[in-house]
Amino acid sequence: MSIEYLGLSEINGPMVVLEGVQDASYEEVVEFRGQDGSRKLGRITALTEDKAVIQVFAGTENMSLMNTQTRLTGRPMELGLSAEILGRTFDGIGRPADGLGPINADVMRNINGLPMNPVSREYPRNFIQTGISTIDGLTTLIRGQKLPIFSGNGLPHDKLAAQIVRQASLGGDTNEAFAIVFAAMGVKHDVADFFRRTFEESGVSDHVVTYLNLANDPVAERLITPKVALTAAEYLAFECGMHILVILTDMTSFAEALREVSSSNGEIPSRKGYPGYLYSELATLYERAGILQGKPGSVTQIPILTMPNDDITHPIPDLTGYITEGQIVLERSLYGQSIYPPVSVLPSLSRLMKDGIGEGYTRADHQAVANQLFSSYAKVGDARALASVIGEDELSALDKTYLEFGKAFESRFVGQGDGVNRSILETLDLGWELLRMLPREELDRVDTKLLDEYYKG
Amino acid sequence: MAKKAVITGINGPVITLKGNTGFKMAEMVYIGKERLVGEVIRLNREMTTIQCFEETTGLRPGEEVESTGDAISVLLGPGILNNIFDGIERPLSEIALRTGSFIGRGVSVDSLDLSKKWQTHITVAAGQKVQGGTVIAEVPETSSITHRSMVPPNLSGTIESVKPDGEYSILEPIATLVQADGTKTELTLAQKWPIRVPRPTEQRYPAAKPLVTGQRILDTLFPLAKGGTAAIPGGFGTGKTMTQHSIAKWSDADIIIYIGCGERGNEMTQVLEEFGELKDPRTGKLLMERTTLIANTSNMPVAAREASIYTGVTLAEYYRDMGYDVAIMADSTSRWAEALRELSGRLEEMPAEEGFPAYLASRLSAFYERAGYMHNLNGTEGSVSIIGAVSPQGGDFSEPVTQNTRRFVRCFWGLDKSLAYARHYPAIHWLTSYSEYLEDLAPWYKNTVSPRFMEDRTQLVSILNTESSLMEIVKLIGSDVLPDDQKLVLEIARVIRLGFLQQNAFHPEDTCVPMEKQFLMMETILYLYERSRELVALGHPMSVLKEDPIFDRVISIKYDVPNKEPERFQEYHDAIDKFYDDVLARN
Repeated sequence: MSIEYLGLSEINGPMVVLEGVQDASYEEVVEFRGQDGSRKLGRITALTEDKAVIQVFAGTENMSLMNTQTRLTGRPMELGLSAEILGRTFDGIGRPADGLGPINADVMRNINGLPMNPVSREYPRNFIQTGISTIDGLTTLIRGQKLPIFSGNGLPHDKLAAQIVRQASLGGDTNEAFAIVFAAMGVKHDVADFFRRTFEESGVSDHVVTYLNLANDPVAERLITPKVALTAAEYLAFECGMHILVILTDMTSFAEALREVSSSNGEIPSRKGYPGYLYSELATLYERAGILQGKPGSVTQIPILTMPNDDITHPIPDLTGYITEGQIVLERSLYGQSIYPPVSVLPSLSRLMKDGIGEGYTRADHQAVANQLFSSYAKVGDARALASVIGEDELSALDKTYLEFGKAFESRFVGQGDGVNRSILETLDLGWELLRMLPREELDRVDTKLLDEYYKG
Repeated sequence: MAKKAVITGINGPVITLKGNTGFKMAEMVYIGKERLVGEVIRLNREMTTIQCFEETTGLRPGEEVESTGDAISVLLGPGILNNIFDGIERPLSEIALRTGSFIGRGVSVDSLDLSKKWQTHITVAAGQKVQGGTVIAEVPETSSITHRSMVPPNLSGTIESVKPDGEYSILEPIATLVQADGTKTELTLAQKWPIRVPRPTEQRYPAAKPLVTGQRILDTLFPLAKGGTAAIPGGFGTGKTMTQHSIAKWSDADIIIYIGCGERGNEMTQVLEEFGELKDPRTGKLLMERTTLIANTSNMPVAAREASIYTGVTLAEYYRDMGYDVAIMADSTSRWAEALRELSGRLEEMPAEEGFPAYLASRLSAFYERAGYMHNLNGTEGSVSIIGAVSPQGGDFSEPVTQNTRRFVRCFWGLDKSLAYARHYPAIHWLTSYSEYLEDLAPWYKNTVSPRFMEDRTQLVSILNTESSLMEIVKLIGSDVLPDDQKLVLEIARVIRLGFLQQNAFHPEDTCVPMEKQFLMMETILYLYERSRELVALGHPMSVLKEDPIFDRVISIKYDVPNKEPERFQEYHDAIDKFYDDVLARN
């Protein structure tokens, strides 16, 4: 069945071209064997008559046109899965990398997955308490949501993700099985190490599945890593009934890898050299979050991406924002004032928040407090702009109050610190405490009944 | 019969076949052993190019492609409403039954339920002359909509025989038509129509009636006509989808076609859930009874995303032909344009601006031109209004999709990031938005709402414009130094922004506001302005005026006065008079 082909007709970056192929299929996995017996895997990305363009995962170093043997496996890229993967570490294409031997697979799954049928989805409504005021109070994370962290180089996004893992996993209903799938794409060794340590310290490491493609690992593998991780997450969630939190870091490296491979393929670039299918490619990853009717588990995603040059309009954060259900944006100037977590409140958003908060979920006044904090904090910006022109002394009494409110909001509500785990009620009460700094008539987003109840304190 | 050819190349959703295959442009084909659905998009003597509406993983060169002889088309008949389809009219609930929670490939399902028997009332008689569009049967499709089956637009002749009233499935013959040349055609409840061809009509009417949406900033400031086109551009998180949802829920269209084109799966689930529970305020029936969803989420195949827009507009035209007012929500047309770009890239076409193909503008205009208030072939009147969301890259309105859309729509509802950041929803900015329908609709407002409506609207807009220029000064020197009459303008503008433009979609009274209340709110605000201006002219400073809670009372009219009790506005009128007297008396 498996015919071997000898020799290649072209090698270009991570791509090779093989001619005279018979009966190859699109996206099929192929295996190369070099002269020295080394093995590499690849995937067919284009087929024209008898010519196949193959992406080599481990990079094309050391391959020669002459003595390379190629074998078609007859299968698309598949991943062997069983509950044993919990606590294990794999490389970027799902091979064990911790020296603990292979996995006894119960099932084989195509890593490309299939789109969830919107009819079979269940609308996410379950609030996850992260213990972080800006997230719980203002951009609430919901089970089954995809909520990315937009960050920049040098900002503490890893620390924030680690804090979410630590505090979200230990909170609330411990009866339900909870696990983390961690996929690292093109990250530095110390980042991967940081996460490993965090998982150990918070005692969850036997519930973590790790897929590592480090910064010096082959680029073509990087395109596979998130797919492998999400395939594992879907398996654990929908077949083992666990609640899965997927952390994908760094999506920017993934997109860069896509651009690199695309350009060596000679494809027509669209924005900033990224291929036209960047949106579809990102969407097929992010849309793999959710809850299905009649299945106990869920997949929640926290992708992390570093915005090139802190530019939120760059194609990667831009397209991500259009797919994900909100975003948590980190800001350099807050970080400069040693405020941690430096969450830039105004551009941050959670789209699923409105249906997962309020009476019966968190507290009846949640939405009103959040709206009022957003609106009042937006006014702080206006007051600051004015102060920078005419000087703080010239401001009206009201504008001065806003400046004080803004300062207190940033230092107490936003800058809660690394070790602090606040319950949602504490967060809301703190919100009211800050709002009480402002005169009552300025609170125009809260209806009279709630004001009567909470404004007095 | 069916022509066949062999696959030679595969590149993502684009498949090439060698040789002159004899296929036709835009013909539907079945690809490979799994019989994936595709469409012919380019032909030349050496090669035929096909786009595949499903994932092509696992497809091999050498597999066969079979032609169907028909253009890619949709089946039109009872059963479309209260349903959810993918981009090529395959019912997702059927697919879920076949392949479970995930959408499998090569699933062959019927677009509409072929076995269901519909209670049919035949409306033609033997011997009657009919033409394209003549209603031949009526079926109660849902509790709120009567489905009218028609003679397909390209047929006419004499009815030879009809079946009696009774229960029929959609493909059972219910009448026989003899054309002028003697050919006989069996007519059924359903008919097919190619998605890329507009359904013919008699003539187009100018815009004359607004699509009342219950959203103040839309109805009062930037109205959309029935049969009109509007674009909602905005960066992510500015509320495009929320605005579309509000219009879909509360507008006075008879039928809503909601196209989720390359958007989030959870959003479609939300619409399904919510519309299955909410009631139409006019009919008291569930909103889903008048709604069809077309869901091609962002992770579903890109070619079907491209087709979903056309599928949606074809369904809309079909209901228009029955004499209904249909509104299409296309969320989002940018995803559709990106699908074009992606396919164009795979075809190695020469890119124009930002990698989009050069035919982007002509495709966009062809789509929006399918809207209109029409005189149908059968003499009825109906309309298709298109409301397209645009997701500009980086929120920058100068990108090609927004710019080209702007050329073909007459209503522009620009969403603004800073309003959204301050959670001012709907975040439609009153300075960047416009509606070209204002003049067309002025007579309607004058006759139906109030003769003063247009004047009031103009005054409202001019206050907002004055505010914006005053804010330039305030930004530089603070508001304390302004003279009192200008301070008053700022205060009234605040009342307008908070009390009128801002609308709470989650508040039971505020989510949808009837025209009459919108007008009375506007009147009350302007009356407050008028009386305050008199006081200021008499030399009373703003600081004194603002001691009175009247401004905040007017702001919360939207919550305090129920939609059904317009008479309560008199209280506010009196309160404003009292405020005037009080200020005079105290000073």
